This record gives sequence, structure tokens and C-alpha cells, in this order.
Amino acid sequence: MSDKAKYDELQSFIDEMKNEKGPLMPVMQKAQDIFGYLPFDVQKFIALGLDVPLTEVYGVATFYSQFNLEKQGEHSLSLCLGTACYVKGAQTLLDRLEQELKVKTGDTTKDGKFTLIGTRCLGCCGLAPVMMIDDDVYGQVKADEIPEILKKY
Amino acid sequence: MITKKDLDKIKAATLTENYLDDSREGIRVTVGMATCGIAAGAKPLFRLLKEGTADLEKVEVKMVGCIGSCRLEPMIEVYEGSKRTTYVFMTPEKCQKVLDEHIKGGKVVTEYTIGAADKENASSITEMSYFKSQKRIVLRNCGTIDPENIDEYIARGGYEALDKVLTSMSKEDVVNTLLSSGLRGRGGAGFPTGLKWKFTMAEADQKYVVCNADEGDPGAFMNRSVLEGDPHALLEAMAIAGYTIGATIGYIYIRAEYPLAVERLKIAIKQAEDKGLLGKNIMGSGVDFTIELRLGAGAFVCGEETALIASIEGERGEPRPKPPFPSQSGVFGKPTVINNVGTFANIPQIIVKGVDWFKSTGTEKSSGTKVFALGGKISNPGLVEVPMGTTLRDIIYNMGGGIPNGKKFKAAQTGGPSGGCIPVDHIDTPIDYDSLAEIGTMMGSGGLIIMDEDNCMVDIARYFLDFTVDESCGKCVPCRIGTKRMLEILERITTSKGKADDISKLKELGKNIKLTALCGLGQTAPNPVLSTIRYFEQEYETHIKEHKCPAGSCQAMIAYFIEAEKCIGCGLCARKCPVDAISGEKKQPHKIDRSKCIKCGACMEACPVDAIYKR
Repeated sequence: MSDKAKYDELQSFIDEMKNEKGPLMPVMQKAQDIFGYLPFDVQKFIALGLDVPLTEVYGVATFYSQFNLEKQGEHSLSLCLGTACYVKGAQTLLDRLEQELKVKTGDTTKDGKFTLIGTRCLGCCGLAPVMMIDDDVYGQVKADEIPEILKKY
Repeated sequence: MITKKDLDKIKAATLTENYLDDSREGIRVTVGMATCGIAAGAKPLFRLLKEGTADLEKVEVKMVGCIGSCRLEPMIEVYEGSKRTTYVFMTPEKCQKVLDEHIKGGKVVTEYTIGAADKENASSITEMSYFKSQKRIVLRNCGTIDPENIDEYIARGGYEALDKVLTSMSKEDVVNTLLSSGLRGRGGAGFPTGLKWKFTMAEADQKYVVCNADEGDPGAFMNRSVLEGDPHALLEAMAIAGYTIGATIGYIYIRAEYPLAVERLKIAIKQAEDKGLLGKNIMGSGVDFTIELRLGAGAFVCGEETALIASIEGERGEPRPKPPFPSQSGVFGKPTVINNVGTFANIPQIIVKGVDWFKSTGTEKSSGTKVFALGGKISNPGLVEVPMGTTLRDIIYNMGGGIPNGKKFKAAQTGGPSGGCIPVDHIDTPIDYDSLAEIGTMMGSGGLIIMDEDNCMVDIARYFLDFTVDESCGKCVPCRIGTKRMLEILERITTSKGKADDISKLKELGKNIKLTALCGLGQTAPNPVLSTIRYFEQEYETHIKEHKCPAGSCQAMIAYFIEAEKCIGCGLCARKCPVDAISGEKKQPHKIDRSKCIKCGACMEACPVDAIYKR
């Protein structure tokens, strides 16, 4: 989709939401859906469209962990750091992932393929430790299986 | 306009057509398709069964929510007559066999049943010993009905409570029913629900009903199961709340980490609107009530009610001082009733079955049941719903199957980052709001994480503090700075740099934060630390004075060794080592170069003869 088409789509959603109460978060969520992240220009566009100060948009964007201000990798790789996963060794898996991907948690690999995220509880505690790549959930992951799993992407 | 008569018609037709009750004349096949079931591979099984039965008469294949035993996923169930068979650890091959031999051939494939997997003489989950002592009120439909089909909910008595309320109960009747039922908030704090509703009754031009589905406690997934398995129960209860307090709009605030639950809620809302069970003039009563979804964006503090309200309004989810309470000034400054998913899910049944029925379960001060998400070091992780007052021992050893790998139980953690731990000395405490508070923890939303001797309690405290520091919104000083200082001390202790007065500093800081923080998140943040100090102070001292981690968990204080007598020199560990720290000749004992070792434990996992140990 071209940039223009993306902005058009966002604009029509803004028009739809403008008169609703508390439209800012839904609009930002839609914008992230469309653009993949919330670059400064998109935040400005939202501020103008909803007639709210840019500081408020930025404030909300930085408050919630799911809003990204930077471009994300092709695949998002989330390792669950919920309690059940943690007591079953999620930290070891995270260390291993950082090593395999040569990135720190929160960063994107040099080739732009993966963004490594230490996520909040995914609610699949029965399958702990759990890792999610995009929408695929991997349960009872062992450190040694990681290279094999990564190869699939 | 839909009436009670229509509901009855739908009920009768669906029971017959979908083979939902024991008088069924066909076969009902269900596939557990909540998030965990799908993660374990349920989708291809569902397709296989759908396609494989397409030309069969009298066979219905349905997807259902969480059946409750996550470790056995994917699961399918076959119902014929009054017989129910639960198949576990299904694969497409096994599923094909069940299709051919059982569904088509009428013969149970015994080797794949739950009884075979768990070595009990049983063919369905309801016959298993760990299931029998549970009592399902909140989860009664989860794993039984198709959550994307409103007719199946109606067939199980759904929306009868709404009809009863609209046609025969005054607003005061509803409040009084809730008050005398003794229902308390299932989000964790245990505030009487009837009272909350009563406080919101005063006249106002606009009011709101909010469902808190921002299940943020790590290790808790009770709400997700209800949302994914029985979404209409929630919608019905919210509509009842709308009628009672006089609100026309309801919001469900749900965390974005639950995409499937969001999807199913959207479907459910649409179906209820189409049937006239939500929207304008519900069931011809003149009452209007619509429900909108609001998605969270990954902020734990938004589970706190005032922060959640701020987030619904589209702002940063920062808590606001109370009073005013939401019942006076909530969403957009209007009176608001805000309840947890689990609380709402109880309400339709209390209305239909009555106060006495509800009070017959549980304890005097905590009536009803509580759903726990059992996880961590436990043989049968999953969801359990038990009467209030059940002991922890019963949950762990009877329903949870005990601790795996012959390890010893050390502690259970309840209430997530706001709660505390229960050590082995208190394992016989009946679980209800008040007894848990007495022993220094809380009911919480229902996460119950079991820890064994390999888990370090100082590290667990550090884990929770790390979580709180990360999730603190930064509005008030005690939480923003105080928890950070506590975390620094804990990091010091777990990396062998603890100081003699660290424990007393933690206690003092913890006490002050509890007294002074603005919201529930800050006020409860020190709990995991204070409670682990209360029961495991010795472990803290060993870290500080002897620079040792008794559980062998804190990496800075352990090292890996190879026992030369046991090592067979297979070289597996050397090949698995990600940093080439292990060397040795073939068939000779190997050695670990500790200057290179990153203590990942891969070698220990790989060793076929258990020659590697940590100390």
C-alpha cells in the first residue's frame, strides 16, 4: 500500500471516530495496524485529525508498551516472561535468543527479520515456557529447539 | 422483538439439533479451541473432523473453549447418549483413527483417552479424580458450548436471567439479591458486588457499566478462558447491570494480548444485537444497552480501576486518587460500575438459581467458587474451579497432581505482583479472601503459581519487583522511586553483592511504600518482597552472608561442574555449548572452562548420564 493510501485509510477511520467519546487510543491502534509503527509524522497527523495536542498523542504513545515508535522487524518474536514461564526457565530462553539473534531484548536484528520482545503473560501458562512468533504460539520450548524454530522464518 | 417464548424455542431446537444434552440422538464432537488448544495444534484437527464427517448424518462437530487441562492439549471430545469420551494429545493421525473407529465405528479408542494418558480407569475428563472435586459455576459452559454460537448459550439457559430481571425484578430486587448472595469481587480485592452496584444507583444523566478484562497478572488466565469459552455470560451480566443501575452503555476493557478473546467478543456482541438481546429496547422492555470494546495496549496498571477509566477515555493510563470512587465519578466523570470478568460471570446464575443455591457453596464470608490458573511446577497445570475454602493442599496434590520430577513443594504464589507466597507450613489454610489476607497474601485474580525447591525466593521477589518497576506509571514518588530502590537492593542480593542491612532496608521501604503510594499497584508492590522475607528470611541471609543461593538459581552464585567419574566422554555437552566452553578427548572426562561459561545450562540438559551439576 502506498503512503497516500495508508494516510487515506487512517483519515477515514479518524472521521468515523471523531465524534465518539475517547477516540485517541482506538485511532492510534488503527494507525499502528496500518503503518506497523507510529512515526512522528503519523502522530502529527493524528493530533491534527482529532484536534488534540501532539504532546498528548506522544504521551499516550510512550505510555503503552504496545505502541512502537520505531520500525519493527518483519517478524515479531515474543518470549513470554509471565510468572509461570519464568519459574520454568524463560530467562534462559531469552538469553539464548539474544545470543542466537545477536540483539538485545526490544531490538530488531540487523537484517530486519526479527524484533525480540520480552512480553507480558500471554495466558498460555499451561504450556510454559511459551514463545510466540507473529501469530504462531510455541509451547514448552527448550533452548536447544530455538535454532530449529528460527530457521522456519 | 425476542421474548422468553423465543428463547425457549431456540433452546429446545438447539438442544436437539446440536445434540447438546444427554437425550441426544446423534453424536456431538467437540474440539478445544481456546488459545492453548490452538497453540497445541487444534485447528487442523477441527478441519479434519469437519471434512471427515461432512457426509455423515447425525454427527455435529463443534469448536469449544478451554476444557481446562492445558497440558493435555489438543483435546477432542465425543458425546453419544449420556456417554462422554475425552481424547488427549491428539494428532491428525490419532484424530483420523478416532474418526474411523469411534465416530464411524462406535468403538472407543481406549489408548488415546484421558484415562489412558493419566493412568486412571476413566474415559472422560469428568470421571477423572482431579476433576471430581471441582465445582463449575463460572466455567460451566467453557469447553462445552460453541462460544461463537449464541444459540448454544441460550440452549444452556442463557439470557434467562436477563429476561427474569427485565420482566419480574425491580432494580432494588437485583441489588438485594446480589447483596444477600455474598458475591465478592473476583478481581482480587473481594469488595461486595451488590454494594458496588448500590452505590451507583443515585440519579444521573448518564452512567456506565465497565467490565475489567485487563487480566494483567502474569500467570493468570481465568478471564481469558471465560472470554474465549463463554462470552455471552459476560454480556448478559453486563446488560443486567445496565438495567439495574440505569446505564445505557457498557465498555469491555480487554488487553490486546488476547486477540482471540477480542474476536469472540466481537462475534458475541453482534449476535446478541441481532437477536435483540443487546441494543435498543432489549426484549421489548424499553431498556437500552449497548456494549463497546476498548483494547488495552500493554500497560499492567490499567487493571487498576481508575487507570482503566483513564485509558477508556483515551488518556495515559494513570490512576487517579480515590475518592471520588468510580461509583460517583467514573468514566467521563459519570457514575460507573466496574467489575471483573469472573464477577460478572457468576451473576446470571445467581439470578436464575437463587441466593440459597449460590450460598450453599463456599464459606460463610466468601460464598461461591473461585477459578484458579494453576501453573509453574505442577504436574497438571490448567484451570481449576473450586469452592471457596478449599485448601491449597487439596488444589496442589489432588487436582494439580503434585510437584513433578519428585521435587519438594516450596511455596505457592497468589495475587501476582500484588500478592505474596504461601509456604508449606500454611498449605492447609482454607483459600478464601480473609484467610489469605491473614497469612500475608491475597486472593488476587486467581493466578496460582507453584514453586519447588529449585526456585529461589529472593529471585522470585526480584522478578516481581522488576515487573512492578517496569509497569509503574511514574505518577507518584513512592512507587516510581521506592520500588526502584527495592529492586536495586534485590538485584544486589541476587548477584552476591548484598549488604548486612539490606533486609531491614527492604522491610522499611516496603512498609512506607504500602502506606503512601497512590494506587493499588504501588500499595501492593512490596507484598511479594515482604511475604518472602516473612517466610524465607533465612534464604535472604544465606545470599547476603554466605554468598550462596540455596536453590541454585541465582546465576552469579553458581557454577557448572562435570563429575569426572560419571562422564562418559560422549561430547554431547561440548556440541551443545553455545560458547565452546567445554573441551575434552573422546571417551575421556570433559571439562568446563569457567571463564568462558555463560551458565546457560544447555550442557546439563544435554548430558545423557547426569554427570553435570551446578553448585
